[in-house]
Amino acid sequence: MSLVLQGIRLSYPDGDQRRTVLDDVSLTVEPGELAAVTGPSGSGKSSLLAVAGLLLRQDAGRVLLGGTDATDLKPAQRTTMRRERIGFVFQQANLLPSLTATDQLLAAAHLAGRRPDSARERAAELLGELGLAEVAGQRPHQLSGGQRQRVGIARALMNEPAVLLVDEPTSALDRTRGQAVIDLLAEVTRRRAVATVLVSHDLASLAAVDRVLDLRDGVLSELVSGQRR
Amino acid sequence: MFIALRDLRFARGRFALMGAVVALITLLVVLLAGLTSGLARESVSGVRDLPATTAFAFGTPAAGQQLNVADSRVDADQVRRWAGQHGVAEANPLGIAPARLRIGGQEVAVTAFGAEPGSGIAPPSLADGRIVASTALTDKYRDGRAELGGLSYSVTPAATAVSFSHTPVVWLPLADWRKLDAARGGYASVIALNADSGADLAAGDAAARTVTKSGSAALSAVGSYQAENGSLTLIQVLLFAVSALVIGAFFTVWTVQRAPDLAVLKAIGASNGYLVRDALTQAIVVLLAGGIAGAGVATGLGVLAAQAVPFQVDVTTTLVPLALMVAVGVLGAAIAVRRITSVDAINALGAAR
Ligand SMILES: Nc1ncnc2c1ncn2[C@@H]1O[C@H](COP(=O)(O)OP(=O)(O)OP(=O)(O)O)[C@@H](O)[C@H]1O
Ligand SMILES: [Mg+2]
Repeated sequence: MSLVLQGIRLSYPDGDQRRTVLDDVSLTVEPGELAAVTGPSGSGKSSLLAVAGLLLRQDAGRVLLGGTDATDLKPAQRTTMRRERIGFVFQQANLLPSLTATDQLLAAAHLAGRRPDSARERAAELLGELGLAEVAGQRPHQLSGGQRQRVGIARALMNEPAVLLVDEPTSALDRTRGQAVIDLLAEVTRRRAVATVLVSHDLASLAAVDRVLDLRDGVLSELVSGQRR
Repeated sequence: MFIALRDLRFARGRFALMGAVVALITLLVVLLAGLTSGLARESVSGVRDLPATTAFAFGTPAAGQQLNVADSRVDADQVRRWAGQHGVAEANPLGIAPARLRIGGQEVAVTAFGAEPGSGIAPPSLADGRIVASTALTDKYRDGRAELGGLSYSVTPAATAVSFSHTPVVWLPLADWRKLDAARGGYASVIALNADSGADLAAGDAAARTVTKSGSAALSAVGSYQAENGSLTLIQVLLFAVSALVIGAFFTVWTVQRAPDLAVLKAIGASNGYLVRDALTQAIVVLLAGGIAGAGVATGLGVLAAQAVPFQVDVTTTLVPLALMVAVGVLGAAIAVRRITSVDAINALGAAR
């Protein structure tokens, strides 16, 4: 199930006019493909993720998630889509302070109305897969930055999303840990056949990605492609 | 519920503090309710708990005067007219006057209730030469004889500690009561009516030249009752308001503080309904825990206090205030957690930080 953006246009109000942030941006990411988006600060990378993740409504263009056109969905339907089709990994991991690693995943499952026993099984499996089995009972403040980010990835994968949207997951980590997180994302993207968009500043750590795109002045262009294919 | 309960456990210090505030306010409300009810009992139970009575007919007060039991006078003709009204099963004259009772070698201030022996409102054991006294008196003075208005009577205990205007009630035959209150003259103070719901009370008032009141309107004609009851009730209402505000303020701050977490939850697909239900569950748990603790302690204290001061412990003074407390708290919390709906999921991303 792929992610398709077609002719996305997005502008923000700027004084009494509007400032265009995304200007006719198109992008297709196939299942199992990891596409990295780089670009200067303020170029609209997070905005692109927000449109793809149905957090922001574009001014023009279409968003297709796993074949479903999400463009004209009502807010409640967009919420459901986010829950069922999209996994988010945020800059700061954004875990809930009161929940253990396992509960972070179970909360996502609870939102989606999954049965608790099957959710518990899947959470244990995911945490194991991401090397978090020992810290499953820890809360965020007891985890390292890298562990937090991995819990964030596990949470994003909990409801078997078609699309994984990742916003600068390494900005709070040092180089080796950042690299490890990117490599992990590449691995889960392939193994779980999700269509992943990864926003990152750090070109050097992107060896494991399939494509690198550059967002500049609202225009998206391919920097490197077919690197691993 | 999933997140609410874990938040409760995680931030237990903060929620315990809130629960303690709820407990203290509930404690105050329940104590006040018990006291209000206890004082009301001492003030009006004599007329409030009268058998075979649905309303009271008062003598028409003089121009510019408030309706007042102490000033009300009815005559035999008025009683007869009421007795003849359609839908009025009983019209019993009732005399009410302060008096001094000599019992056990002491002078005790009482309220003398005069009734026809054998009438629907009179205690069954009321008879010539015999008075029926509140158990508040008979439990204390057990010699079985007393003097009232210069006459000597044998004393029988009433069914309960019946009281009027903060003095114990002593029932005596209406004929004796008239002598007791001779200075004021008249046949009786009021008429206790036992009317069915279809009775035309206005027509009865017109025919008998009386003013008929029932329920709380009738009780308002008892001396200080309205002022007492009104101010105590007002304090309780204020406490409920304080509680709603405090709960509202707490959950407002709490919601604002966790706005970033709420944005994340919304981004990963939590609906407003899910998050609001979750937050309300949290409020209800805090309110129930604090409320039950406070009401429990207050009930215990009340049972002890009831031995010394007028204090009533029953469902209406414990469970009812507790339920009201939870209800106004939920209302305050509901208003506070409404702002969950205005948190924008976009804030979870780096975009609009
Ligand atoms: N809610 C908003 N209202 C107005 N302008 C906004 C809003 N959100 C973002 N912008 C502007 O849109 C542009 C793109 O922002 P965005 O956060 O998408 O950039 P970015 O590429 O993610 O930057 P960074 O690398 O610093 O995270 C910026 O110039 C920003 O100021
Ligand atoms: Mg950004």
